[in-house]
Amino acid sequence: MPDSLRLALAIAGKDIRAELRSRTALQSALVFAALVLVVFNFARDPTALSAADLAPSVLWVTFALAAMVALNRAFTVERENAALDGLLLAPVPREALFIGKLLANLAFVGTVELVTLPLFVLFFNVSLGHALPGLLGVTALATVGFVAVGTLFSAMAVRTRFAELMLPVLLLPFMVPPLIAAVQVTSRLLADRPLSEMWGWLRLLALYDIVFVTLCMMTFSAVVDE
Amino acid sequence: MPSHDGALLLEVSGLQRSFGRVPILRGVDLSLRSGEALAVAGPNGAGKTTLLRLIAGLMRPTAGRIRILGQSLAQRSSPIRRSIGLLSHQSLLYDDLTLLENLTFAARLYGLDRPAEVAASALEEAGLARRGADLPPRLSRGLLQRAAIARALLHRPKLLLLDEPFTALDASASERLRANLRDRLAAGLGLVVVTHHLAEVWQLASRVAVLVDGSWALDQPREGPLEAFLPHYHRLTSA
Amino acid sequence: MTAEAAPAAGVVRRGLILSALALIGLAGVFVLALGLTPVEARQGLAQKIFYLHVPAAWSALLAFSLVGIASALYLWLKDARLDRFAAASAEVGVVFSAVMLTTGPIWAKPIWGTWWTWDARLTLTLFVFFLFIGYLALRAAVHDPAERARFSAVVGILGMLLVPFVHLSVYLFRTLHPQPIVLKPSAPSLPPEMLTTLLVSTLVFTVLYLGFVTTRYGLALADEAREQARDSS
Repeated sequence: MPDSLRLALAIAGKDIRAELRSRTALQSALVFAALVLVVFNFARDPTALSAADLAPSVLWVTFALAAMVALNRAFTVERENAALDGLLLAPVPREALFIGKLLANLAFVGTVELVTLPLFVLFFNVSLGHALPGLLGVTALATVGFVAVGTLFSAMAVRTRFAELMLPVLLLPFMVPPLIAAVQVTSRLLADRPLSEMWGWLRLLALYDIVFVTLCMMTFSAVVDE
Repeated sequence: MPSHDGALLLEVSGLQRSFGRVPILRGVDLSLRSGEALAVAGPNGAGKTTLLRLIAGLMRPTAGRIRILGQSLAQRSSPIRRSIGLLSHQSLLYDDLTLLENLTFAARLYGLDRPAEVAASALEEAGLARRGADLPPRLSRGLLQRAAIARALLHRPKLLLLDEPFTALDASASERLRANLRDRLAAGLGLVVVTHHLAEVWQLASRVAVLVDGSWALDQPREGPLEAFLPHYHRLTSA
Repeated sequence: MTAEAAPAAGVVRRGLILSALALIGLAGVFVLALGLTPVEARQGLAQKIFYLHVPAAWSALLAFSLVGIASALYLWLKDARLDRFAAASAEVGVVFSAVMLTTGPIWAKPIWGTWWTWDARLTLTLFVFFLFIGYLALRAAVHDPAERARFSAVVGILGMLLVPFVHLSVYLFRTLHPQPIVLKPSAPSLPPEMLTTLLVSTLVFTVLYLGFVTTRYGLALADEAREQARDSS
C-alpha cells in the first residue's frame, strides 16, 4: 500500500508540476468562474430577489461549472504524445493511477474554489463570519464525490467524439445529489442555523463520497485498460 | 552473431486481433530468446504496430496467448510490466515537463532508486545531457526521438519492443543507438524491432520476419547480405 | 447471408410477436380502464391516465435496473450479449420514461393545477431519463465495440447506484419545502376494480417491454451480421 500511495503521489505531483508550468487550464478555469459569478449577478431581478437569497445556489453552480472545465483537461494532457500509454505500460496499479489523477484534480478544483470564494463574498455581499470553517468543510465533502466521478468520466470522454460535450452530459446528473446537499448546507451555514439541521445532508454527502470514490476506483481499470 | 541459446523470453501463439469486425492479426506465432534480435518488416497496415502493442499489454488479443518470462501476459503482473520496454510512434512525454522531469517521473513509475540520477544518466547516454531543462515541444524530431528512446530504455527492460526507432535520427545517432542495442543484446536483452528500412537493422538482427496482411509470410535467421534478401522481400510484400 | 443473420431474424420475429400481443393487450387495457372500471370520485376521468402512467413508470424502472445489472455482469463476464441487452433495454427505457414524463403532466394539470412540479417521484424519473440519454449518447460517441461496451457498462453501474442518491436528496429537499399538491397522488387503498385494471396494465406493459427489448436485440444482431458480411466480403 505505501508503494501504491507513493505512485499515486508521483502521478498527482506530475500533474500539478505540469499545470504550474503552463497555467493555461488553471487561469481559464479561474476566469471562467469569475465570469459565471458576474453573469449570475445580472441574471436576477434585483428588486425581486436579493443577492443573499441567491448566494448559495450561485456559489455551487459556479463551482460545478468551473469543475467541469477543469475536469475536461484532466485526461487531455494524458492524450498528448500518448502519455497515458506510458502510465499504462508501467507497473502501476490502476487504483493508484486513479487516486493520483483524483488528487491532482482535487488540487486543481480546490484551487479554483478557494480563489472563487473571496470573489463570491465580494460580489454577493455575503458575510461569512464564523461560517467559514463549516463552508470549507462542506466544500471539501461535496467536491471529493463529484470530482471522483468526473475523473472517471473524463478518462472516458477523451476517448470519445465530442469529448467536451460528453463530459457534462454524463457528469451533470451525478452532480445533482452533492449539489443539492451542498446548497442546503451552505444556506443554513450562512443563516447561522444549528448543526442538527444539516446533519442529514452531511451524512448524504459522506455516503456519496464513500460509495462513488470506491466504485470509481474499482471501475477505472475497465475504462483505461483494453 | 548473438547466441540463440538464451532463456525463452517471449512466446506468442495463435495471436489474433480485430478492430470491431476488421481482423488485423490472423493467428501469429512467435518466440524470442534472450539475446535474440528479431527484425519485423512488412507493408503498411500489415499489423506490425498492433503486434507490438499486444505484446506490450496495451491491448488485449481477440484470441491467442502471450507469455513473457513464462508468465501469461493476461495477468499483467508488475514483474512482467517491469520487464517490457516499448518505443511507440509517439514519445509518451508530457509537453509541460522538461526532459529531465519527464524521465524522472518515468523512473518513479518503475519504482527505480534515485530516479533523478537514473534520468540524468539516461539523458547523457542519449546525448541529451545539455537538453535536460528543455520542454519536448522545443526539440527537433530527431532529438525528441532520442528522448523517447531514452524513456523506453530507462528501466533496463529484458524485452524491448521498438517501433521504427531510427525515424528522424541522423547517422551518428543511429550508429550510437545500434551500438547501445548491441551491448544490451550481449547482456541478454530480447529485441523486437519493427521497421520499413531493413538496411537500418540488418547487421543488428539475428532473425528476420515479414508480416503481410496479419500473418507471417516469413520468419527465418538473418543470413547473407541484405541485397540478396531484398528481391525475396519485395516478392513477398507485393503480392 | 451469414450464419448469424438467420437467428437474428428469428429473434426479431419473436420480439414482434410479443410486442403485437402486448399491443392487443393494451387495447384491452383501454377498454377495461375506460369502460369497465368505475370513475374515481374526486379526480374524475383524469385519473384514468394512471392506468398508463404507473405501468410505464414500472417498465422504465425495470428497464433501468436491468441495464445496471447487465452492466455489472458484463464487466465480470465480458459477454457481448449482456452489452447488447443493456443497450436494447436502455433504448426501450427511454421510450417508457418519455411516456411517463408526458402522461404525468397531462394528469397533473387538472389535478394539481400545474403541468410540472418537483415532486420526488417525477424528479427522480426525469433524472433516470437524463441518465438513459447520457448512456445512449456515450454509446453513439465511441467507435470500437469493445470499448463502447466497457464504457457504457461503467456508466450503467454508476447510474444504478446514483438513483438512490437522487431519490434521497430530492426527498430530503421536498420535505423541507411547501408543495403545490392539491390532492395526494395515488391513494394507498385502491378499490378492487381499479387495482385489477392497474395490475393488468402493468402486466401488459411488462410484456410490451419484453417485446420491444427482444425486437431491438434482434435488430442489433442483424446489424452486426450485416456489417460482418460487408467486412469479410
